[in-house]
Amino acid sequence: MNLTLKIWRQKNATSKGKFVTYKVNDISPNSSFLEMMDILNESLVTRGEDPVAFDHDCREGICGACSMYINGRPHGPDKAITTCQLHMRRFKDGDTIVIEPWRARPFPVLKDLIVDRTAFDKIIQAGGYISVNTGGIPDANAIPIPKVDADLSMDAAACIGCGACVAACKNASAMLFVSAKVSQFALLPQGRVEAAERVNNMVAEMDRLGFGNCTNTGACEAECPKEISISNIARMNREFLVAKLAAPKPRVDSGGGI
Amino acid sequence: MALKYSSITKKVIMALAGLFLISFLIVHLGINLLILKNDGRESFNMAAHFMVTNPVIQTMQWVLFGGFILHILLGIVLQLQNWMARPQRYKVEGYSHTSFFSKFMIHTGAVIFAFLIIHLVNFFFRAKFGEMPHIMINGEQYEDMGLLVIEKFRDLPYVLMYVVWLLFLGFHLDHAFHSALQSLGLNHSKYTPVAFGVSRALAILIAGGFILIPVLIFIS
Repeated sequence: MNLTLKIWRQKNATSKGKFVTYKVNDISPNSSFLEMMDILNESLVTRGEDPVAFDHDCREGICGACSMYINGRPHGPDKAITTCQLHMRRFKDGDTIVIEPWRARPFPVLKDLIVDRTAFDKIIQAGGYISVNTGGIPDANAIPIPKVDADLSMDAAACIGCGACVAACKNASAMLFVSAKVSQFALLPQGRVEAAERVNNMVAEMDRLGFGNCTNTGACEAECPKEISISNIARMNREFLVAKLAAPKPRVDSGGGI
Repeated sequence: MALKYSSITKKVIMALAGLFLISFLIVHLGINLLILKNDGRESFNMAAHFMVTNPVIQTMQWVLFGGFILHILLGIVLQLQNWMARPQRYKVEGYSHTSFFSKFMIHTGAVIFAFLIIHLVNFFFRAKFGEMPHIMINGEQYEDMGLLVIEKFRDLPYVLMYVVWLLFLGFHLDHAFHSALQSLGLNHSKYTPVAFGVSRALAILIAGGFILIPVLIFIS
């Protein structure tokens, strides 16, 4: 396959950046998208040019590193995959492929196609955990959990934090990511203890970082490589409303310490 | 004030105001359809009279104004934040599978708002502050709101303007009911598809019902 690539090139976080057109020839339809990028980079290196910087790690759809906005869609044209799972047979010989980094104010471009997704880590730090003492592994069935809840929680926990939801959203909203992280705990008894505090803090952090608001458009759900449902967003809204209206205020003087 | 609220709080207020505005549209449409009744505008004028004299309705009118203002102002605030969240746009974008009209709520909303001002000047302010024709019903004198409507809709440009306006209202409503429920946290594997259907039905029935009035008046 012979292809024309229009790739966003940006030297560093402060430089302006522009699209550069490259031709790649004799690409096997069975190669993956990232292998095609590797071939391009090898040719760039042999020509003494700077290779295109892009994030990648596991190359099996688990890590969520390979953030590329391909022809107007995060992770390209296929449903429920990451870029590394995309194959060149999805394109036609002679196609032009436009490759861009995620675009969102909280995801600044570091170089070429690499963006800084620290914003997601900050949201997790704000409440995406449960406070338990470390120790031996608890017995698996010590706390009985209905299968339905366990399944929904596991579905939410499938989120790999790739940021495709933010990239796809016309508002660069992080609602799907945050709602998955809120839901995976809110559905389980271990997570209920800090549920109100968690949703308040994570939503506040999301807003502070400058992500957009949710318009219930559904682009996030359509592009999520792990098919996280926007029903999680509704759950987060519920959790948030209940936390605001009904949850008891945490008592600072409680507990055994001071 | 609006800037300090969290994104979810803003969306919840937006949804509640929106649902209230939908209920207003249904009442408004119900009364308007009375004008198509062939009784010399009697029932329409009686209904209009009830609406301007009933104290409950008059109080609700202020709530309605509040609802409009909240919905519009929050809509603008949310949209500005959304635009700011992506300072650099994509070269190629929007190929994700999404609900179509949801992407243009601010645009359809702006069109609806612009025409709303013309609409208020034409009818609401005219009836409130302007000179009104009168009609005798059962020996009592009533303001003839119906005549005002019928005279306006004898003009083809007016009729066309209203049809276009109401089409945009329909587009806006297509992403209204189910979206409001989602914002309020009401999502259900079985009932959410129903809510989508209700949303589409409301859009077609409300916009279609309103469009019927100027078109039928113009034809007759």
